[in-house]
Amino acid sequence: MAIMDARPGEITIKEPEVQESVIIRFAGDSGDGIQLTGSLFTHDSAALGHDISTLTDFPAEIRAPVGTRAGVSSFQLNFSSGEIHTPGDRLDVLVALNPAALAVNLNDLPPGGIIILNEDAFNKTGLKKAKYGASDPRDDGTLAGYQVYPIPITSLTLAAVEPLGLGKKHASRCKNMFTVGLIAWIYDRPIDGLLRQVDMLFDKKKRRTTTPEKYEIFTEANRLALRAGYNYADTIEMFISKCRVGKANLPAGTYRRVTGNEATALGFLAASTISGLELLYASYPITPASEILHELSKFRHLGVRTVQAEDEIAAVGMAIGAAYGGKLGLTGTSGPGVALKSEAIGLAVMAELPLVIVNVQRGGPSTGLPTKTEQADLLQAMYGRNGECPVVVIAPQSPADCFGMALEAYRLAIKYMTPVFLLSDGYIANGSEPWRIPDNSELPDISVSFPDDPEEFQPYARNPDTLARPWAIPGTPGLEHCIGGIEKEDIAGKVSYDSANHERMIHLRDEKIQKIANDVPNIELFGPKSGDLLVLGWGGTYGAIRHAVQNAQKHGLSVASAHIRYLNPLPTNLGDILRDFKQVLMPELNSGQLRMLIRAEYLVDAVGLEKISGQPLQTNEVENRIYKMLGFSPAGKPEPTITANNLTSIQEA
Amino acid sequence: MPEQKYSRKDFASDREVRWCPGCGDYAILTQVQKVMPQICDELQLAREKITFVSGIGCSSRFPYYMNTYGFHTIHGRAPAIATGLQVSRPDLQIWVVTGDGDGLSIGTNHLVHCLRRNVDLKILLFNNRIYGLTKGQYSPTSRQGKRTKSSPMGTIEQPINPISVAVASEATFVARTVATDTAHLQEVLLRAAHHRGTAFVEIMQNCNVFNDGAFDSFSTRAVRADRSLYIRHGQPMIFGKNNDRALRMPSGNPEIVDLAKFPKNKLRPYDETSERSSTANVLAHLNEDQFPVPLGVLRCIKKPTYSELLDDQIQTAEKRRGKKDFMTHVHSGEIWTIDG
Repeated sequence: MAIMDARPGEITIKEPEVQESVIIRFAGDSGDGIQLTGSLFTHDSAALGHDISTLTDFPAEIRAPVGTRAGVSSFQLNFSSGEIHTPGDRLDVLVALNPAALAVNLNDLPPGGIIILNEDAFNKTGLKKAKYGASDPRDDGTLAGYQVYPIPITSLTLAAVEPLGLGKKHASRCKNMFTVGLIAWIYDRPIDGLLRQVDMLFDKKKRRTTTPEKYEIFTEANRLALRAGYNYADTIEMFISKCRVGKANLPAGTYRRVTGNEATALGFLAASTISGLELLYASYPITPASEILHELSKFRHLGVRTVQAEDEIAAVGMAIGAAYGGKLGLTGTSGPGVALKSEAIGLAVMAELPLVIVNVQRGGPSTGLPTKTEQADLLQAMYGRNGECPVVVIAPQSPADCFGMALEAYRLAIKYMTPVFLLSDGYIANGSEPWRIPDNSELPDISVSFPDDPEEFQPYARNPDTLARPWAIPGTPGLEHCIGGIEKEDIAGKVSYDSANHERMIHLRDEKIQKIANDVPNIELFGPKSGDLLVLGWGGTYGAIRHAVQNAQKHGLSVASAHIRYLNPLPTNLGDILRDFKQVLMPELNSGQLRMLIRAEYLVDAVGLEKISGQPLQTNEVENRIYKMLGFSPAGKPEPTITANNLTSIQEA
Repeated sequence: MPEQKYSRKDFASDREVRWCPGCGDYAILTQVQKVMPQICDELQLAREKITFVSGIGCSSRFPYYMNTYGFHTIHGRAPAIATGLQVSRPDLQIWVVTGDGDGLSIGTNHLVHCLRRNVDLKILLFNNRIYGLTKGQYSPTSRQGKRTKSSPMGTIEQPINPISVAVASEATFVARTVATDTAHLQEVLLRAAHHRGTAFVEIMQNCNVFNDGAFDSFSTRAVRADRSLYIRHGQPMIFGKNNDRALRMPSGNPEIVDLAKFPKNKLRPYDETSERSSTANVLAHLNEDQFPVPLGVLRCIKKPTYSELLDDQIQTAEKRRGKKDFMTHVHSGEIWTIDG
């Protein structure tokens, strides 16, 4: 990178250097507006045509003690001219607005990386709060080998917005915009788009306040700060050169940036439109699922009904009530909430109603790590109920994929009259990426038919193809009947304590779920159809696995990846795929839950890569394991034998 | 609009009723089946619009015996499930059947929140002051000292009062009746059916196997007139075989007066529509050994229902932002286009 040699005083500004992708992390106190900063810069990146992927990390406390490590919030953006699948492991740039932000995030910045520091925050108090003690990381060797740019961001911001006469508190809040301006200069982008976003941001707030003139001033202050940051970088000659990232080669279409939770909400909205059935979302606030409630609550004008229930059990109960009434009954939560909903989900299995449950997984057990990610609720979704109680379990693999999988949840729930679990996780729920808005023709068919013929009606007579029972809803003349949690007689649906009937019904409920395997897409292989190693994953680890396998393929290794989005039932071609590889590696953010299922189902000796730190899986973690399993030392890897040009043909072979 | 008038038979299912012989639930089932044709007639309701939702317990078997739509759900959750049904299907008339264990122990939370939301549901709480289905443990409404299988030395717990729970939860309709007083039961059921919002009805019901005679001290034919107080809107609270006594509440303190000594015209008529719930609350807390037991509609006030307010918001939002479909929605706001 050209700016590595930056020395004030001996500078010649060069043409912007072209980079394929850049990973920036903005970090600061949770009150510093970090998430907003990141979001703003991300949207600008997307609008400029880059592929993007983001990662957020914030404390569980609303306002953790200011300046401490516990209070650090961060937003990471990977923007690229190539295809990317993850927010990236190793940073190129770290913006640290205080010493604690530096302390918490420095490990993720490899030597040579850029650090932009808010020098004003590196005072005695700041260092002490960050537990740096007497030693200042700026001059005790901690930052040796990095390109460090200490900038008095707070004072420069205060000076920039001074003409507006804001108090110090409000004025210094604009420092995040100053950093956006700085970064915009370094990456050679015009700031018009960013300024427009500042306007849009405050326009929204202006519309909702009684004191719009106050927000007029805030808008202006943020604009000034943003310009000041840009101009400062342009003038100070601290950065030797600009970098430029080209446009990505994304498929043509109209895009919006979505977080996983936003895409989930949109998917359910689409399901409601396609099926013609109103949506009732009942939920109890819980991190990291609450955004789904917030999003859907905005859709009153689209006929969406949301209820903030008194507890998790009531929420699932309400969703079941809606499903019984012939509407889309939906509930969403995280792991602890699912624990509370389990009995009611069993009722929906027994009553065979189309219920969808979203679990945005977080670190467990118990309250666990509410704001961190994990994939440890898979077995809970599979088996966490009393009795033999099968449900469909599916999992999106990326933020944008949440849209399609939310639709799938309803397609399957309605067609097969069954509860469906949608297992998202904190990583994809809060992460974001571009989502190409599909055409109507790309959306699945969700057709609904309510029986109305009293002559033929039997509550538990099944469709011979799907084994679904009829969705007979209150209000239909002549179809009056009673359902419930007690075992029902096959076909007639009356209460039955008959042992042979009970066994038959258990098999029928199971068979109905297993049949769905024929109605889900085959699992796709990325890489050769057979070979030395298959890396198999599910859920939010998709990006890291895909990226790692791609890198290993470039080094000539016989490795492929496959990602399971349909977990119960599993796709029918999975067994064959597993048999065609000598070894199978299964990275999961748990103690090997899917691995246990796969080993039991296919008797394959899959090896686990288990990470349960609350942090997402990283590409290098998977990549290193691939090399190790294929006989290379942990650090070593073979020389690249394949170029990007012939990679595709090798994969196809 | 139903073309035919229904009869009681139309509401009786073909399933064999399986409560214990002599159970108070039979009387309630009969009265509900009897009063349904009148309800359908008065409210211009078709039978298929009626749905019974229940939880778990003896009382919760009720939906199986009604020839209407029915959902026998899980313990304590019927008000939540019925809320979801009502909010998505405001065209239905939904009855919730629960008991003292189902509604006031495991499901108290849902009952309270359903009442405060004023969801348009009719809730019938069969109170027999005992756990029947699990064969004889004390319930949250069992009187202190009650000896049961799980309290051989007598329960040490203070009982909860269904009416005061309902009043404290801002219920818009609160009534109490006794299963054995069939005429009164019918009258209260009709009133509940006509109420818009949550109608809460406590029905005192005898469990002749595990808690026989729990209500005999005030509800048998012999003592009823002297030991029960039939509350009627606009009338003073007079009771007694010869209508010779009255309950009054000077400064909120209940006292019984002898009408031979106390002028009748100085008694205040009962106001079920009073916004203040203090009178209903005092009635709920009367010691049943010292005072007659109040029966009837204690509270009936008009407030918008939950789904009325929710549907209002939907209409307001549609008016304000225009009724959009999914595609228009996702194509508005912060989007960008990439050309092929």
